[in-house]
Amino acid sequence: MTELAHDQPPLVTGNKSLDDVTRDICAPMERKPTGLWWAAFIASFSALILGVVAVWYQLVTGIGTWGLNKTVGWGFDITNFVFWVGIGHAGTLISAVLFLFRQKWRTAVNRSAEAMTLFAVMCAGVFPLIHMGRTWLAYWTLPYPNARGSLWVNFKSPLLWDVFAISTYLLVSAVFWYVGLIPDLATIRDRSTSKWQKRCARFLALGWNGSARAWHRYETVYMLLAGLATPLVFSVHTIVSMDFATSVIPGWHTTIFPPYFVAGAIFSGLAMVLTLAIIARKTMRLEDYITKTHIERMCKLMLSMGCIVGLAYATEFFMAFYSGNGYEQFVFLNRALGPFSRAYWIMVSCNVLVPQLLWIRAVRRNLVAVFAIAIAINVGMWFERFVIIVTSLHRDFLPTSWADYVPSLVEIATFIGSFGLFFTCFLIFCRIVPSIAIAEVKAAAGLGNPKLPTSEERAA
Amino acid sequence: MKISACTEKVCVSFARECDLLAAIQVAKQEGLPLLDALTPYPVHGVETAFGWKSSRLTWVCFICGMIGAVGMLWFQHWSAAVSWPLDVGGKPWNSLPSDIPVAFEAAVLLAAFGSVAALFVACRLRPGKDPGDLPSRVTNDRFVLIFSGDSPGGGQANIEVAMQSFHPVEVQTLP
Repeated sequence: MTELAHDQPPLVTGNKSLDDVTRDICAPMERKPTGLWWAAFIASFSALILGVVAVWYQLVTGIGTWGLNKTVGWGFDITNFVFWVGIGHAGTLISAVLFLFRQKWRTAVNRSAEAMTLFAVMCAGVFPLIHMGRTWLAYWTLPYPNARGSLWVNFKSPLLWDVFAISTYLLVSAVFWYVGLIPDLATIRDRSTSKWQKRCARFLALGWNGSARAWHRYETVYMLLAGLATPLVFSVHTIVSMDFATSVIPGWHTTIFPPYFVAGAIFSGLAMVLTLAIIARKTMRLEDYITKTHIERMCKLMLSMGCIVGLAYATEFFMAFYSGNGYEQFVFLNRALGPFSRAYWIMVSCNVLVPQLLWIRAVRRNLVAVFAIAIAINVGMWFERFVIIVTSLHRDFLPTSWADYVPSLVEIATFIGSFGLFFTCFLIFCRIVPSIAIAEVKAAAGLGNPKLPTSEERAA
Repeated sequence: MKISACTEKVCVSFARECDLLAAIQVAKQEGLPLLDALTPYPVHGVETAFGWKSSRLTWVCFICGMIGAVGMLWFQHWSAAVSWPLDVGGKPWNSLPSDIPVAFEAAVLLAAFGSVAALFVACRLRPGKDPGDLPSRVTNDRFVLIFSGDSPGGGQANIEVAMQSFHPVEVQTLP
């Protein structure tokens, strides 16, 4: 099962042995961090500190420090929440959905994509928490017996479904990631020369010895987790979209939202995976493992998702026209031509027009071009959420209630802080665990049957 | 024989997975006291060569998932319609469709945690566990067969002769 079809390019280039794979992937953890790593870390950590200060300030002062008003009640907070949850989705797509589809090339990026999922969901979780205003009462969203009756939570509210969806997603992603890490932690335990690294790896590797019986069960559970994570990832963004779709706001109240949000989430997540993978392969010298073929395949996935998102934009517009509903039609014309039209056209050009370049093979194999396109999509997908949320709200049913929205500095600082949290976590991740799943790459790349040395070579 | 009951293990290391698979088949045919194989990654075909059935962990997953789904459906019904019926926008107290998303999440959560916990129990994995004396490079690039050294026909010399044609790299006896 481990051999590849003959017309497929190799998953790992550079004629590696199994030992080379272990050594190459562990190398970034075993050498001292480079100056580039420190520079990136200091920048990310500074952004994180800025975010912590901003969150502290708004907790103490109140969320009146935001640019929200009576009409625009959701702004940067929920935009950023949806943005970050979406980023997380590609990790699960790569680790679970592509696993079920037997896409062996996923092994080059699944570990880092899953880590990205975890960190992105952490960033996402910050925003609803601070959005509550009285964050210290966040535990009220959980149904626990209490002295108020017991007064239970409202299970009919999509906002509560979100609490369960996001926390389940975070927990299941963390378990999936850890289960995948166990064999690699055993590898680190057995090869590490650093006392602390060895001790930590020994604690976390759970006594893994690579027994075939254990692998047999492990593979069953890995398949089960992939099978569970696949519907989970679709349910999470479906539920996020229901936060909007079950309301009566024109522009939100549409049945297209669940598939539209899921496709958008995977699209933006793939863009983030590509952004990180292109940097990681270069700085961590992993070009033989994350090859141009891997990048090209992710580009194809991203292009297909981009086309689905483009179709969703067109469908939304058409349905607004076709519905004959004046409010719906106004919202969509207002999106394209109103005061936030710039955000709308950034969204369309970054998410629909720019990705069309990926039809060209030379572009897909040009890392600089792919990096630029991925960044454009990240920007475009952030604006998509901004457009959905703010343009649907700012023109209320009554023209007397119409309002504008400008984010305050506190909101911008919190947003920058979330990037700080994400990249700080990611940079630490690159240093402390193998950023590529060693055991999975070995199994997928079919390196287990090398040519045996001849008797002359053995004698030499 | 259980691997934990064995006091002396003869470990034969191979550099290639095809040698390991061929060696398992021969060891089975010749009735050598084969206990287990250690590999750096899951080698496909090992479970059929050993003749293992598919794992029952799928049942654990299914049962945990059902407990999650049914338990959460019951809890939502009980809390919203029995314990404290609360009128939310005139919706019926017991509205099943709105209970489905949370019941689904609970099913996934319990199924995932249940199957991983069952994996840890079945494989006797626990934090900080000492893996014991492992044959060298087994988590890196060696495929190892473990024979019971105590059983009849399990002596190192005997096993070395039987495994000779599969290019063994190393034969060790471990406690």
